[in-house]
Amino acid sequence: MSGNGTVEQVAVLGVGMHPWGKWGRNFVEYGVAAARAALDDAGIDWRDVGFVAGADTMRNGYPGYVAGATFAQALGWTGIPVTSAYGACASGAMALEAARQRILSGMCEVALVVGADTTPKGFLKPNAGERPDDPDWLRFRVLGASNPTYFALYARRRIDLFGATADDFAAVKVKNARHGLNNPYARYRKEVTAADVEASPVVASPLRLLDICATSDGGAAVVLTSMDYARRHLGGASPEVRVAAISTVTPTFPNTIIEMPEFATDSAAGIPAPERTFKQAIGDAAYAQAGLGPGDVEVAEVYDLSTALELDWYEDLGFCGPGEAEKLLRDGVTTLGGRLPVNPSGGLACFGEAVPAQALAQVCELTWQLRGEAEGRQAVTADGGHPLVGITANQGLFGHGSSVILTR
Amino acid sequence: MAADSTATTRRPAVEGWFTMPETGSAEAPRLIGTRCAASGTYFFPPERVMSRAPGFAGAELEEVTLSNRGRLWSYTDAQYQPPPPYIPVTEPHVPFCIAAVELEAEKIVVMGQVVAGVTIDDLEVGMEMELVLDTLFTESDPDSGEATEVVVWKWKPADSTGAAG
Repeated sequence: MSGNGTVEQVAVLGVGMHPWGKWGRNFVEYGVAAARAALDDAGIDWRDVGFVAGADTMRNGYPGYVAGATFAQALGWTGIPVTSAYGACASGAMALEAARQRILSGMCEVALVVGADTTPKGFLKPNAGERPDDPDWLRFRVLGASNPTYFALYARRRIDLFGATADDFAAVKVKNARHGLNNPYARYRKEVTAADVEASPVVASPLRLLDICATSDGGAAVVLTSMDYARRHLGGASPEVRVAAISTVTPTFPNTIIEMPEFATDSAAGIPAPERTFKQAIGDAAYAQAGLGPGDVEVAEVYDLSTALELDWYEDLGFCGPGEAEKLLRDGVTTLGGRLPVNPSGGLACFGEAVPAQALAQVCELTWQLRGEAEGRQAVTADGGHPLVGITANQGLFGHGSSVILTR
Repeated sequence: MAADSTATTRRPAVEGWFTMPETGSAEAPRLIGTRCAASGTYFFPPERVMSRAPGFAGAELEEVTLSNRGRLWSYTDAQYQPPPPYIPVTEPHVPFCIAAVELEAEKIVVMGQVVAGVTIDDLEVGMEMELVLDTLFTESDPDSGEATEVVVWKWKPADSTGAAG
């Protein structure tokens, strides 16, 4: 599947992950394990890597802010340039984009992208200290608004506008829990019933504890190469999986949907709101780059920070129209065995969020899905094969979001 | 005022984001925003440096007060005590609601805590809400023991008799 993309493709030659969990060890360890797995998967020696892009973690001190260098040093300095990217939940995609640019500009042939995190217990919260100029600090102080507060505002809109129910949200969790049962990298590998979700305490109405993803430790890595390098490396064969699009767009003013960590939306009183919302624009840009549309997608990994948010993504990525996500879910379309399995990995429901690793973990999973290597959770197309096109999507604080399209 | 030994001083939780009429005053509190007159765009929190409306970088920003009523865009509650820097006001934590309210004239959605006593079941998307001032938390001077009430804006379901502002 080549599509009619506007940007040259690069090859995904290797992917690797460290299992998600609450291991409590140094994040560098997870990143190195994932990087070595990805290099092994690619059959590429570390000394042949020409560029490292690290996705930063904000919660592990200085080494976390310079993740590219941290991982390069841990793997053994080879003199190559590095970069470190931070874009909240989109950090991994930003690092991936840096690597792709480096390859497409001809400045290197092989790039390694790594993200890893060690997370504290409980709600994600801002770093300590009095920082009243930081909206992320101020929203906790003034509003008492944690991340689930915002997820809940969106979930409530689905209920009041589209007639979604708590049962629909629970059904997302039940589906993803089942998807992740056999995923060796998932932290939670246990069936969850709708009754389990209903029995869990409300965190931010209408969302219950089991509607909201945990925070986890984990690491993921991707080896990108130029198409030329890949063909040489594979003895003339074409690389199976390619990056057809990386979208890292920002909102367009006025952004009229309230977003973490803001106190208010932009005003649409003077300048009308753009036709497409920020989340829609994230997918739009990916589709445009790949020369593909929602109808081409056969598997997706989307950010289910909450169960209800997964449903929002069905609509924002064009899998169905506004207000139709619950039907898509109920009809089994997005369950493994359906036409368009969403979060076959188990998603954040089974992983918990390891921020800088998560967007890369999505790419790892799609790579396995496109190769037909997702044992125990493989998406199967109508003709009995495995998917040709997969899309990822995520969104996080401060106007960050990303979508990656892989094809084969 | 010597007779009033319980009097506390008040300070806003954030300087310059809302008006603070005297306690007992008939004047309704208002959020303070800025308006880019050239584009017609409002900003809350008040943008003081430059208009964020693309293409209006040089436009003047004027300080304005915002509508004190709006429609409930969405809502939730905090069943668990939020982590720091949230300052707990009760022990144990009493859940409170959080609202996102759309101001019609300004076409902007502003979040705020909802006053105590209002639960999720009292709220519905689209209902009219009004702005009030309330205590966020109370702090006391470690030396004098003098208490200061830290004040914040909150939303509450509107009295049906009030005029929209």
